[in-house]
Amino acid sequence: MIELFASSFGFGILLTLFVVGAIGSLLLRKSDSWANFWSSFFAIAGSIWGLVLGTLLIVIGRDLSFTTGMAAWPLLSLTVHIDRLAAFFIVVISLITLICSVYGIGYIKHFYNQYSLGSLGLFYHLFIAGMILVVSAANGIFFLIVWEIMSIASYFLVVYDRHDENNVKAGFLYLVMTHVGTAFIIFSFLLLYQHTGSFDFANWQASSLLIPMSIKNVVFVLAMIGFGTKAGLIPFHVWLPSAHPAAPSHVSALMSGVMIKTGIYMMIRIFLDLLQPIPTWWGLAVLIIGSISALLGVLYALTEHDIKRLLAYHSIENIGIILLGLGSALTFASLNMPTLALLGLVAALFHTLNHATFKSLLFLSAGAVINQTHSRNMEEYGGLIKYMPLTAFCFLIGSMAISALPPFNGFFSEWLTFQALFSGIAGFNFYAKWIFMFAAGSLAFTGGLALACFVKAFGVTFLARPRSTEVTHAKEVSFSLRLGMILLAVLSLLFGIFSGYLTFWLEKIGTNIGAFYQIKSIVSVPSNQGIISVGNWSSVSAPAFFALLISALILVWFIVRFIINKNQKVTTGATWDCGTDLTPRMEITATGFARSITLIFQGILKPSIQHEVEYHDSMSRFLPKSRTIVLSIQDVYQTYLYRPLQTGITALSLRVKGIQSGNVNAYISYILITLMILLFFVL
Amino acid sequence: MMIFIWLAQLICTPIASLLFVGVIKKIKARLQNRQGASIWQPYRDIWKLLHKDEVISRDASWIFRFAPIIIFAVTVVVGASIPLFSSWLSNNLTSDILIIVYALAISTFFLALAGMDAGSAFGGFGSSREMTVSALAEGGFIFSLLTIALVSGTTNLFVIANVGIAAQSQSFLPTILAFGGFFIVLLAETARFPFDNPSTHLELTMIHEAMILEHSGKKLALLEWAAANKLFIFAALGANLFFPWGIAASASLAAIGIGLIVLFAKILVFCFIIAVIESSMAKFRFFRLPDLLVISFILNVVAISLIS
Amino acid sequence: MIKLFLKILKTPKNIVSKKQLNRERAEISVVGKNIQAKVKRLFHGSLAIRQVDAGSDNACEQELVALSNAFYDVERFGINFVASPKHADMLLITGPVTRNMAEAVRRAMAATPDPKIVVAVGDDAINGGIYKGSYAVVDGVAAVIPVNYQIPGDPPTPKMILCHLLNILEAEDKKNISHKNHKTV
Repeated sequence: MIELFASSFGFGILLTLFVVGAIGSLLLRKSDSWANFWSSFFAIAGSIWGLVLGTLLIVIGRDLSFTTGMAAWPLLSLTVHIDRLAAFFIVVISLITLICSVYGIGYIKHFYNQYSLGSLGLFYHLFIAGMILVVSAANGIFFLIVWEIMSIASYFLVVYDRHDENNVKAGFLYLVMTHVGTAFIIFSFLLLYQHTGSFDFANWQASSLLIPMSIKNVVFVLAMIGFGTKAGLIPFHVWLPSAHPAAPSHVSALMSGVMIKTGIYMMIRIFLDLLQPIPTWWGLAVLIIGSISALLGVLYALTEHDIKRLLAYHSIENIGIILLGLGSALTFASLNMPTLALLGLVAALFHTLNHATFKSLLFLSAGAVINQTHSRNMEEYGGLIKYMPLTAFCFLIGSMAISALPPFNGFFSEWLTFQALFSGIAGFNFYAKWIFMFAAGSLAFTGGLALACFVKAFGVTFLARPRSTEVTHAKEVSFSLRLGMILLAVLSLLFGIFSGYLTFWLEKIGTNIGAFYQIKSIVSVPSNQGIISVGNWSSVSAPAFFALLISALILVWFIVRFIINKNQKVTTGATWDCGTDLTPRMEITATGFARSITLIFQGILKPSIQHEVEYHDSMSRFLPKSRTIVLSIQDVYQTYLYRPLQTGITALSLRVKGIQSGNVNAYISYILITLMILLFFVL
Repeated sequence: MMIFIWLAQLICTPIASLLFVGVIKKIKARLQNRQGASIWQPYRDIWKLLHKDEVISRDASWIFRFAPIIIFAVTVVVGASIPLFSSWLSNNLTSDILIIVYALAISTFFLALAGMDAGSAFGGFGSSREMTVSALAEGGFIFSLLTIALVSGTTNLFVIANVGIAAQSQSFLPTILAFGGFFIVLLAETARFPFDNPSTHLELTMIHEAMILEHSGKKLALLEWAAANKLFIFAALGANLFFPWGIAASASLAAIGIGLIVLFAKILVFCFIIAVIESSMAKFRFFRLPDLLVISFILNVVAISLIS
Repeated sequence: MIKLFLKILKTPKNIVSKKQLNRERAEISVVGKNIQAKVKRLFHGSLAIRQVDAGSDNACEQELVALSNAFYDVERFGINFVASPKHADMLLITGPVTRNMAEAVRRAMAATPDPKIVVAVGDDAINGGIYKGSYAVVDGVAAVIPVNYQIPGDPPTPKMILCHLLNILEAEDKKNISHKNHKTV
């Protein structure tokens, strides 16, 4: 039975399920409901298979490694190597795919008769198959092929809703940025090939000591830029806030929750596994990049009032937090402290899982809201908790999880990240201490700012009165959407309560990596299912906190409701607004809510106000007819990084274009000059 | 016997917190050359509020109805997890510095949501200001507790209170600097001067009060009580982590009695300092508050760097 | 110059002597202790008052604000002023209720939870006072919401307010006792 799953046969079945799903949807494109059924059925089947395969591989502890023949040329070998780390990522991908596919059954019904569901199914399955292959590939060229499949499939998913021009623009930006990243990745792989003679990951690991340190440093920079573009690190994140909102909501959840983690996976693979031993400055650089990403991500999220853009910026923030764990792991590994490095890696992996869970939950709830209200603008929402109570509850759970409030899962992965950073602060004496302190400070502030942002998001969307008439037509969404959201909400809570157990397994996954064989764990899980770190430096128990909180809640509720003043009367009246008339315009707006923080951080965000007044009589400007105020944030990356690059490259190309004069005599003289130079070198 | 001591640890925070709110008001009144209400007045206020009816806005949802219970329950749980009169009641379940910080963040979260729920203008901007101050105060809070954890070698609050005396004699300067940072965060999180005026009637100057304007009856009683609990928790943390002399280190009744008396004495000193601050300075303009919070953060960073 | 000094000598003594001050303070203290006892019985020891200014000329407001100063110090009797009618037990309404404030007064009363007491303070609030008959006012709070008690005066001094408050509390006490007697009978 186990052999059925944990073998090349099982992996083949996994891929076949998705390929069948893809081709079948394409063939069934004429009938919307059949395409939906086929695509969803195979997506769910494939993800369940992947979940079982991944979990089995983690539990058994065996590496799955095989090569299929039929390579086109010698450097490409279709090698698949799934160790526990890759299996963990397969589990994450499959879990989120399963729930998003369940959600998708009901969600894509609103694309019926608008777009072709066959092509949605095709690209959806190719996308998932691509992701699974990306984390399993063990050869550089094979990896690049499946990386491209994943990127292009997701491009088509981003531009799926093509009647909106913004989506097409967003897709184009995404395509360009992902290929820029791929170019950097190709460059780094080529450098490694040059020094090891092969593209296989196993060869790179075996000969990593032979690669000179200067080349390793260059590979580090190139890989950080390349995979950082996919992961959404500042300043390569410019595609993320436009592309994630443009895609259908269940695809947004997949892209945001899972696809950007493939960049993280490769960073872990290359830096911690293949290229050991590494210098210390790599880890410190990753820490700094992570801190900046986290802080800037949450600050930009605070300024957004498009609900999906807000969530996309939070993805950038959480990738920053994952990088904090990874950076501390890299630093400790380079300084020969493998137990602490394992702690950092466990923190990064746990936050990967948690972020996939709660970010998908938030995207799915936001998708449900957008589905019903036909608008992404938060300023038009309000009072939706009365129309869509379940969606509101799931969004609340997601908000609490992402703001790291116990007992949900976000708190425990941030706890582990904090422990890794605190160990760095306590353990070092040189400049690394300051970088760890900067990282810890950024994590502390990020937590607080994320909480503020989600009070804004939840409060403006669901509470108080509707701010526009469109949203009063909203109803609770259909069963499959509700099922998807509830599953993720329950998982958020369960991952939090059983975080001790999960930490134990994540350590097992971490010790599978070469640098950490046979390392005793830094954290131990006592019988109360808490987490204790070595030497009793710190400890926390999720089930105990949850139990205490629930019992306190029940006790307080019981005493207040039934024991004190049983016959209290509660009447319903109007909101007290000093006796004036209540209009929807009296409620706080999303922009107004975040305005204080925007002004406090105005050095970074550079807010601007633009007034436009139209008067009844332009000669005597006494009575204005209309007044428009535009509050905006300057996009510094476009202004200071991308536009200068673009102008520079365009100017350079215009210069080079001079060679193409159209004059045949000039071209003949080029050939002559080239021949003379070549003869000179030969002779 | 043990069961009574554990019970005392659980109920000490809710029972004793209102007294110290009354003490602060009394000291302020005395400094204004008037008699002022008795120190037991907050108990009477809460008791009266629990016996009043309620008027709830029709725009409010279940968040408005349940937030006061959640907030109060969280403060009770946190109050039971911090060292109050004894440091040997240690557990490694919920007494970590981070879980205290983030559990208090749960109460801030629900308070801000309850403020927004009724859809009044005051609640909305009250929530906005509260989240701004709270977001920036979290850095200082975590770092002040981190400093004292680094000095003592553990992040468990009870163990810090236990070993504190020995460790801090070597690291006096970092402790004092960290206490300065912690005190600023105390003023911020408990809505005292110079962050917020707890007795103002002008809605445009309110931060914490603005969010509870819509509540009445039992809900208001729970929110006022939770605010008092929060003040007690912060004062107890400040007293026992930074100046842990007198805390009971053994299970004898005499030690616990002395521990309780010393705790109350230390919190009385805190109340006196807060009352003097409130009587001698004006509330800061809102956009000066982030400067103060970042000063708190920097004080803690300097303190960490001074730990040898 | 001489005329100025003569004026000082001829002006009646309106500087309060120390004996008079102490007597005043003692009287207030006696009234206050009775108020405190009544508040303890009726309102569990704390009475929350919300002031509603229904278009008044601020004379009564000044007297009500004076209640919280160091001399009268009504806080020591368990009475405090609150910011929202939802927190209040007693509404003190001043002013002749201008047309613009009529709806606001109604909403303030609707927002106050039971048990509550509505008191009209000052002659203006009772029947319009010096503004009676004007086109801009509705002549007293009773035209807008049911008023339980009245405190006359234009404006009433803080001591008068305290004495009338004591009368109000005694009346409430009697009403409660008669209600209880009614119930037992």
